[in-house]
Amino acid sequence: MNDFAGRSPPLPHRPWPRRIVDADTWSALAVGLGEERWILSGLWGDEGAVHMAVLDRGTSELAVATLECPDGRFPSVARHHAPAHRLERTIGDLFGFDPVDGLDDRPWLDHGRWTLRHPLSGRSELPAALGRYPFLTAEGEGLHQIPVGPVHAGIIEPGHFRFIANGETVVRLEQRLGYTHKGVEALIKGASLEQAARLAGRTSGDSTVGYAIAFTRASEAALGVEVPPRAHWLRALMAELERIANHFGDIGAVCNDAAFALMHAYCGALRERVLRLAEAVFGHRLMMDRVVPGGVALDVDAAGDAAIRELIAHLRKTFPRLVSLYDNTASLQDRTVGTGTLSHALARQYGCGGFVGRASGRNFDARRAIGYPPYDRLDFDVPVLGEGDVNARLWVRIREVEQSMRLIVQLLDFMPQGDIRIDLQIGAGEAGEGMALVEGFRGDLLCWLRLDAEGRVERCHLRDPSWFQWPLLEAAIDGNIVADFPLCNKSFNCSYSGHDL
Amino acid sequence: MRETLIRALVRPPLTDPAPDALDPELAAFAAQLETASKARLGRSLAIRHVDAGSCNACELELHALGNVYYDLERFGLKFVASPRHADILLVTGPVTLNMREALERTYIAMPAPKWVIAAGACACDGGIFAGSYACAGGVATVLPVDLRVPGCPPSPSTLLKALLALMTSESGAADQNAAKNFTMRGLYL
Repeated sequence: MNDFAGRSPPLPHRPWPRRIVDADTWSALAVGLGEERWILSGLWGDEGAVHMAVLDRGTSELAVATLECPDGRFPSVARHHAPAHRLERTIGDLFGFDPVDGLDDRPWLDHGRWTLRHPLSGRSELPAALGRYPFLTAEGEGLHQIPVGPVHAGIIEPGHFRFIANGETVVRLEQRLGYTHKGVEALIKGASLEQAARLAGRTSGDSTVGYAIAFTRASEAALGVEVPPRAHWLRALMAELERIANHFGDIGAVCNDAAFALMHAYCGALRERVLRLAEAVFGHRLMMDRVVPGGVALDVDAAGDAAIRELIAHLRKTFPRLVSLYDNTASLQDRTVGTGTLSHALARQYGCGGFVGRASGRNFDARRAIGYPPYDRLDFDVPVLGEGDVNARLWVRIREVEQSMRLIVQLLDFMPQGDIRIDLQIGAGEAGEGMALVEGFRGDLLCWLRLDAEGRVERCHLRDPSWFQWPLLEAAIDGNIVADFPLCNKSFNCSYSGHDL
Repeated sequence: MRETLIRALVRPPLTDPAPDALDPELAAFAAQLETASKARLGRSLAIRHVDAGSCNACELELHALGNVYYDLERFGLKFVASPRHADILLVTGPVTLNMREALERTYIAMPAPKWVIAAGACACDGGIFAGSYACAGGVATVLPVDLRVPGCPPSPSTLLKALLALMTSESGAADQNAAKNFTMRGLYL
């Protein structure tokens, strides 16, 4: 895959190659994506250019293709490859670029309310009224619309869902997102590494460790440095604790959406145990700002080690009882089995990551496929199921909790001694570009960045796994009843903030 | 299922005792609320939460208030789905401009008397997102804020203390034990 023609960029790009290509090669790559020769892993704008990250289906090697577009026009990728639609609309919103022959020219994140238009373009354009947002339609006798959000009934992030239903059956769901757009990428621009890492860690609060690891790995790649082995292991320890805490929350919440509050109460207690442990060992319940450029902020001592082992012992005793509670409650499974089925073909086409993809037969986990440290030294399975329904997504989570518990014990058993942080020699004079693909609890997170010679972030792009999961929720709900939407939605648990940036 | 329920019956509850310390700001707020709210609302407050562009960390901790350790509802506090049922508007996030109108409309939809809590660093003053082209920067730029709860995110125990300040029944309420006394009675009455 890496043999597409193009010239090398002026700055070093690590660890995967970046090539500057011409419009024909760009279009050929887009066609290749459409033919499923590669997976689209990211599509984002830069000053006078667009970048596309493509992942090889076989080798899991990544490469970035760049098309310079000083006139702001580039051949549409979405024309050949549907998963690029929202990414392309976002490039339009943030940079004002125009995808030539694009199929959807509606704005996406821009609702016409920002103080600037095209905020990353470098020009200061005043906002223009965007008018009414045209939703897609469906016509027929007996169809009606149900608008939901952006303020939802519970303690949930904001987003708008437009259902078109025939009686109880959903005929079409269209999402409208962007409500939580905070301008993260603009705030990161020009920030110091420390400040940028804090911002990256607040892209999506439930994945703060995952984002911090993605950001720091990308920045360390750009600087061409390797952090001490113990730092990698401590990062992974936090990442696995984050994963099980979120999975407990999700397993309980999915059952709660089927009105099975018992499971929710028990899973909530387990989640709280994990967060309290994180507070005791790492000093923050969600472990924010504990992964820092150059390593980690603090070490785990003998008492912390013992506390983590004690928690794992407790979870190994209690969690199987909850699993059998789920497994033996037929009335609950009546709601989850066969509900919200996502086809293998769509999961494959979208390169859908995380438990959503792995419940629909897509065997991809960045910890295994990329094999970044310390996962290259650890023994774990990647659970994959084929049914693609709510039940399968729940079981993948259950199996992942079990694997993460295995990983945590291995991380404690074999953690190397030594330093936990290095001085990054910021301002050593060399600019560079780096990227990382990291497995957060929700799926693979992409971070791409360019550092200037003073070690400040010149451009940083963060791509949440939800970009390739949200559109599939629209497909999975098709033909289900409206009342099952909360179940389907929770079983996907896509990020609003991570997506909206 | 039967086994799970029986085990739950014989095991002591996991629930933490009520927090006992009120910090001065919360106590002062409780005192100010005193005259306005108690006669009409009694010991029950309904909370409508709006995420005005938070990163979702605050929501995770608000969710935790409902778990068995914090058990928010034992204090007569509950999250409600409709602003029409709410006494308190609890706002998280830096108020993104894309959410501003939805937040304002939620506030307008609430019946008076009503109070606004800004929960978390972003809601207090925009936090790390202050100054962005996409954020208003703090709830106070949009709505009258009665109480600010700091933290990134505020822990469930901090949130619980803030909410209990609203429930303090003794007049003056500067007494540090006020919230504790009330919640004990609230539990057993």
